[in-house]
Amino acid sequence: MNDGVLSNVLIVVSLTLVLVGAAAVVLTRHPSKQAVVLSCYGLLLTILFVAFQAPDVALSQVAIGTAVVPLIVVLSIRKISLIRAEHTRATDQKEGK
Amino acid sequence: MTRRIRLVVLVVGIVAFAAAMSLAFTGMPHFGGDIHAYRDAAVSGTYAHDTANVVSSINFDQRGFDTFGEETILFCTVVGVAALLRPVHRERRREVSDAGLVLESTGLLVYVLFPLTIVLGVNVVAHGAVTPGGGFQGGVILSTGIHLLYVGGRYSLLRKLRPLVWFQQGEALGVVLFGALGIAGAALGSALFANVIPQGQLSDFISSGTVPLFNIAVGMTVCSSVIVLLASFLDQTLAIRADAGNDSVRKPRSGFEEGSAS
Repeated sequence: MNDGVLSNVLIVVSLTLVLVGAAAVVLTRHPSKQAVVLSCYGLLLTILFVAFQAPDVALSQVAIGTAVVPLIVVLSIRKISLIRAEHTRATDQKEGK
Repeated sequence: MTRRIRLVVLVVGIVAFAAAMSLAFTGMPHFGGDIHAYRDAAVSGTYAHDTANVVSSINFDQRGFDTFGEETILFCTVVGVAALLRPVHRERRREVSDAGLVLESTGLLVYVLFPLTIVLGVNVVAHGAVTPGGGFQGGVILSTGIHLLYVGGRYSLLRKLRPLVWFQQGEALGVVLFGALGIAGAALGSALFANVIPQGQLSDFISSGTVPLFNIAVGMTVCSSVIVLLASFLDQTLAIRADAGNDSVRKPRSGFEEGSAS
């Protein structure tokens, strides 16, 4: 009985954390900061899956959701800013001539 | 379509969706209840083949063909991304140096965690049939573990440690191995992806028949896929640059933005 109450509390707490985390991801405006928040949100989801006794899913989530996806997002943002910088330089050179 | 008709369509859709969802939710078993028909069937099927990890048994033994489809999706996606991100004309590859600031604590952490993560990944793949985890999880852990070197500022070492050609072939080899195991099930057993190998003792390291072999095949594919995927992104970000001189002013959209800004 006591055990059941404890696991219910755990589930409620982790569900609330996931809800708050999801809102934080959506409300973060800057994409590169959003990638970091997304990574933290992935950890919260991992805790939720462990609370639901799904260690397989938790393992996948911690590897994909907190490591690989944020890394891909950060790399893409870096590439976009590089392209923009190169482009600005090229236009400046052209106007300088 | 006027705005009014669109609103009507929206309201009708929302009402129908709400009705269907409320019907579905009221008919569902309670949260955390005790009656799970699917669980009972899956768990008894798992114990019949002496597999300790129910999830692995479902993935590779009870519905192997579905998993084969999923693996092929991953394979095709990575091939597509690699094709999109390869350097095209008007782009050149530059040498990447290891220069850049890496905190000493980060470097130390990477040196400690790199071997641990690799061992953990191999362990998760190898024990996929016994403990939580399996080919997919272990493969991702292996590939992220290798990329810890990049976090530690050792990009050149990372490039030496993962000859990309090997992993491109390893990815395909894993898919072929998976399919071959499935066909072997059809040839030697009753159906495609049948578990034809003797299953041994429950929760032994070598038990549950074909499941560990499937784990290894999936581990190969997933590890190689993620490495090829991240390699394409890293290459684009670090090494590939637009060719100076004849580029970018012709790109219509951003060119317009720059023009209007100045």
